[in-house]
Amino acid sequence: MADTADDDLKDLPLAGLHAELGGKMVPFAGYSMPVQYAAGVMKEHLHTRAAAGLFDVSHMGQVILRGADPETLALAFESLTPAAVLGLKEGRQRYGLLTNEAGGILDDLMFANRGDHLFVVVNAACKAADIAHMRVNLPGIEVEEITDRCLLALQGPGAEAALARLAPEVAEMRFMDVGYVTLAGAECWISRSGYTGEDGYEISVPDDAAEDLARALVEDETVLPIGLGARDSLRLEAGLCLYGHDIDETTSPVEAALQWSIQKARRAGGDRAGGFPGAERILTELEGGPSRLRVGLSPQGRAPMREGVTLHSGGEEVGRITSGAFGPSVEAPVSMGYLPAALAVPGTEVEGALRGRLAPVTVTGLPFRPANFKR
Amino acid sequence: MKFTEEHEWLRAEDDLIVVGITEHAAEQLGDIVFVELPEVGAQVNKDDEVVVIESVKAASDILAPIDGEIVEVNEPLVEDPGKVGEDPTGEAWFFKIRPADPSQMDDYMDEAAYLAYIG
Repeated sequence: MADTADDDLKDLPLAGLHAELGGKMVPFAGYSMPVQYAAGVMKEHLHTRAAAGLFDVSHMGQVILRGADPETLALAFESLTPAAVLGLKEGRQRYGLLTNEAGGILDDLMFANRGDHLFVVVNAACKAADIAHMRVNLPGIEVEEITDRCLLALQGPGAEAALARLAPEVAEMRFMDVGYVTLAGAECWISRSGYTGEDGYEISVPDDAAEDLARALVEDETVLPIGLGARDSLRLEAGLCLYGHDIDETTSPVEAALQWSIQKARRAGGDRAGGFPGAERILTELEGGPSRLRVGLSPQGRAPMREGVTLHSGGEEVGRITSGAFGPSVEAPVSMGYLPAALAVPGTEVEGALRGRLAPVTVTGLPFRPANFKR
Repeated sequence: MKFTEEHEWLRAEDDLIVVGITEHAAEQLGDIVFVELPEVGAQVNKDDEVVVIESVKAASDILAPIDGEIVEVNEPLVEDPGKVGEDPTGEAWFFKIRPADPSQMDDYMDEAAYLAYIG
């Protein structure tokens, strides 16, 4: 996790509630964030998979893009991302990447078509750079950072029931739908999505209604507050990338096994092929395959292999682990990392250097645990 | 019972010393998911890294508090590392060591001093 110095740490609008709920605060991406609550990482993780968890992810960036008309806006945004923006229906959301000229990844994000504008959610550590990048490279597009809203995520198989008790219409939403719902007396912007591999919602709520909403949710006996620790182990089991660790400016979307976020229209032979930063490398890798690939890695035994552990095969260093932890739901250590394409095949055995010894690691498919979305 | 600045407790049992981590340490570490124990029969020196524990957050080493021979290890912890969080000062001891020089124990804190140390 991208820790920064303790000074200049920003408090979340819900800092008081986190303290009251027993949140243990740590610096993360410039914010003081709860890493866990009284239940602890393991219980928080398992509770989210069994019932529902509430995450405060207000550190993330919320941005609205407006253009002369929806098509102009979509085509403009397509100049920065390999995702198809044109063709995304109103009320729907998609995962996308901002790429650089070298074909690396500047950030990963969610963007939603809300009729006359796009609503974009970006990573906290990247938000200032993303906004500057969009302002410079999207002439004629208004880039508005939303700074008066919290972002809460309600995740888990019990999320629908818990949120529907406050607003029954959310039960009708399908995975990656977005909509406007009144919660705690305020207009909230909701998507049915998340970062855990579970069904759930992300809720953009005005700052002045956020505490009432968060309290109403944690008062539900099925909902526990969940910190960053469990957020990390949940996303890792779900095979989801953490920016700055599993993906960065040096990894291409194809190397990162995120080619599913590049729709057909943007690929060679598509209606709007290329036209995004780094297209040459990315389209070439889509055709011929990348030289290295992000894979799931299952260390044998119980010892977690974390970020930075080097991977070895035939006596040579061949790659590196980019994220790793103990997976409470799979009841085993889980990692992700990059390997040369020839080794990036599920079932391949490699070794990880752990405390001066080489320990066996099996290449596995991702996710470690099937997703539980409401399609 | 004696305590180290590394948050280990040391309990005399006949002519052996039983070693574990304190409640305070277990709380700080969070849920323990992995324990690696030393070999029985190993001769260790004070401050050797003899046990590796991994929590959901990070790896930590447990140091040998004194010189001596490892005579017994708590093997069930390897299969059930969560016990360290549940009963750190009882069932979840790590190893028993036969001191080479029992006077090394004199350097360590008693309970009152340890409680003052952790504030």
